[in-house]
Amino acid sequence: MSEVSAILTLAHRDFIKLLRDRARIVSDFAFPLIFIGILGTSLQAGFGGATSFNLLHFVFTGVLAQTIWQSTALGVISLLMDREQDFSQEIFVSPISRYSIIFGKILGESLVAFPQFIAILLFGLIIGVPFTIEKIVALVPAALIIAVYGGAFGVLVLSRLDNQRQANQIFPFVMLPQFFLAGVFNPVMNLPLPLEILSKLSPMRYAVDVMRDIFYPSGSGVALADLSTNLAIIGVEFVLFMLIGTAGFVRAERNR
Amino acid sequence: MTPAIEVRDLVKRYRKAAVNAVDGVSFDVEQGQFFALLGPNGAGKTTTISILTTTLSPTGGTATIDGHDIVREASAVRRIVGIIFQRPSLDMNLTAEENVRFHAILYGLYPYAPSYGLMPAGYREQVMSLASLLGIADEIQKPMRTFSGGMRRKLEIVRSLMHRPKVLFLDEPTAGLDVPSRRTLWEYLTTIRRESGTTIFLTTHYLEEAEEADTICIIDKGKVVSFGTPERIKSDLVQEYVLIDADDRARLREELARLELRSDGGGPFRVHVDSRHTHAALKAIDTPLTLVRTHMPSLEDAYLEIVGKVSE
Repeated sequence: MSEVSAILTLAHRDFIKLLRDRARIVSDFAFPLIFIGILGTSLQAGFGGATSFNLLHFVFTGVLAQTIWQSTALGVISLLMDREQDFSQEIFVSPISRYSIIFGKILGESLVAFPQFIAILLFGLIIGVPFTIEKIVALVPAALIIAVYGGAFGVLVLSRLDNQRQANQIFPFVMLPQFFLAGVFNPVMNLPLPLEILSKLSPMRYAVDVMRDIFYPSGSGVALADLSTNLAIIGVEFVLFMLIGTAGFVRAERNR
Repeated sequence: MTPAIEVRDLVKRYRKAAVNAVDGVSFDVEQGQFFALLGPNGAGKTTTISILTTTLSPTGGTATIDGHDIVREASAVRRIVGIIFQRPSLDMNLTAEENVRFHAILYGLYPYAPSYGLMPAGYREQVMSLASLLGIADEIQKPMRTFSGGMRRKLEIVRSLMHRPKVLFLDEPTAGLDVPSRRTLWEYLTTIRRESGTTIFLTTHYLEEAEEADTICIIDKGKVVSFGTPERIKSDLVQEYVLIDADDRARLREELARLELRSDGGGPFRVHVDSRHTHAALKAIDTPLTLVRTHMPSLEDAYLEIVGKVSE
């Protein structure tokens, strides 16, 4: 029971820290809106007519998934920096289990990702991305799954790093290629074999694809795999990331 | 009675480090004591505290807190210790009370509730009484960033006492505090210790803070260089002597030998007498003296001397 209380407390803390940090709210919302508003709109204006495929919608669904996934992944990785700062020092000496720390952090960062999801969705409605009520309702659980999946990926990366400086150094190599391998802005349908392999290894691919499974009608051929396949892969990877990541993190934390 | 802290041959070598940060340290701290771990920067003080509070695994040796092994019973140890970190450990985006509340819930004292008003009355009473004890009751609902450095430290003390720890660790708690804040902090710690019998484990590189302690342990380069009560350390470290000289050194030497005064040096002579017997000793000497100088270093001098010696 006290572990559940601890998890709720950690999540509560992350969420109110976000609400009281105006600068962070602005920067969290700015990037997705820039990607969709500028990149999506310009791609659509330039190539949309020729391809008779709406590139703005394609970029929108990609960025929606990528933002949520990356937000929780990075949030969890920030535990590294936290460990030496502010209240988190307290968390690590408190009697709660290390697993509760991880779960609380994933839950908290998922809560933090949620306002971003709502904001991007609203932006989509404003710029005329077509939504039905059913679609919006279906997107909510999808967003939650993507958030938690991103958190698990964060735990895996976290367990391999010693400090925030390392995290900042490897971040571009872990995240940036996935933008393109996952097909956030670009098609990854017909990739040459080496890229196809890398793309399938990229966890972000499945997050993005789940979003497109829900947005596009089945059989439209936009999503790479059907929803159940994507969810199955996410489920397996989630369990693997959590097991390997948590074990590694707990061990690395004390054996400095 | 079980010692509050028992440390035996503790060794820590960080990964990729060439030398041990803590190198075979042993000591005991009795229940209810004020214990000071004193040493220069990089002596291994924070490493020792991190091991004792279970956030770092030792490379060798053992340690127990109130009889609980810090490796095998880490969770039990965490429950009975409180820590004031060297670096501030408060969330600036939260209110003071939220910082305390989250701590209390993490320590399993109260179940989770989303706001102060929804927390049990017992919690609210405890927060307010501790906050009044430290004189920050009026500010407790204010955002952390409105607090001064001294008030932040006080809040950390309030927080660390919520779960009534048996041992309170303070890792250089006065770093960055001005002199008045530092003084009031000590007064509060003394009060708390008297009222609750909490064992206090302090690390510092300020000697004057350690002088109040029941026991001082001086470490340098990961090794214990001196241990005992401040008086004992003082008598161990501080050499009192009178430096005297005469034109007729041979006669003075003979006279010192006849009076059975322990001395060394071939002139000037260092006569080892403590300050209470200096007058009598000097009166007994007939040889006309050309130099009389008493040498009475402070504990501070002695500390610098010993730390300097080890560092060389």
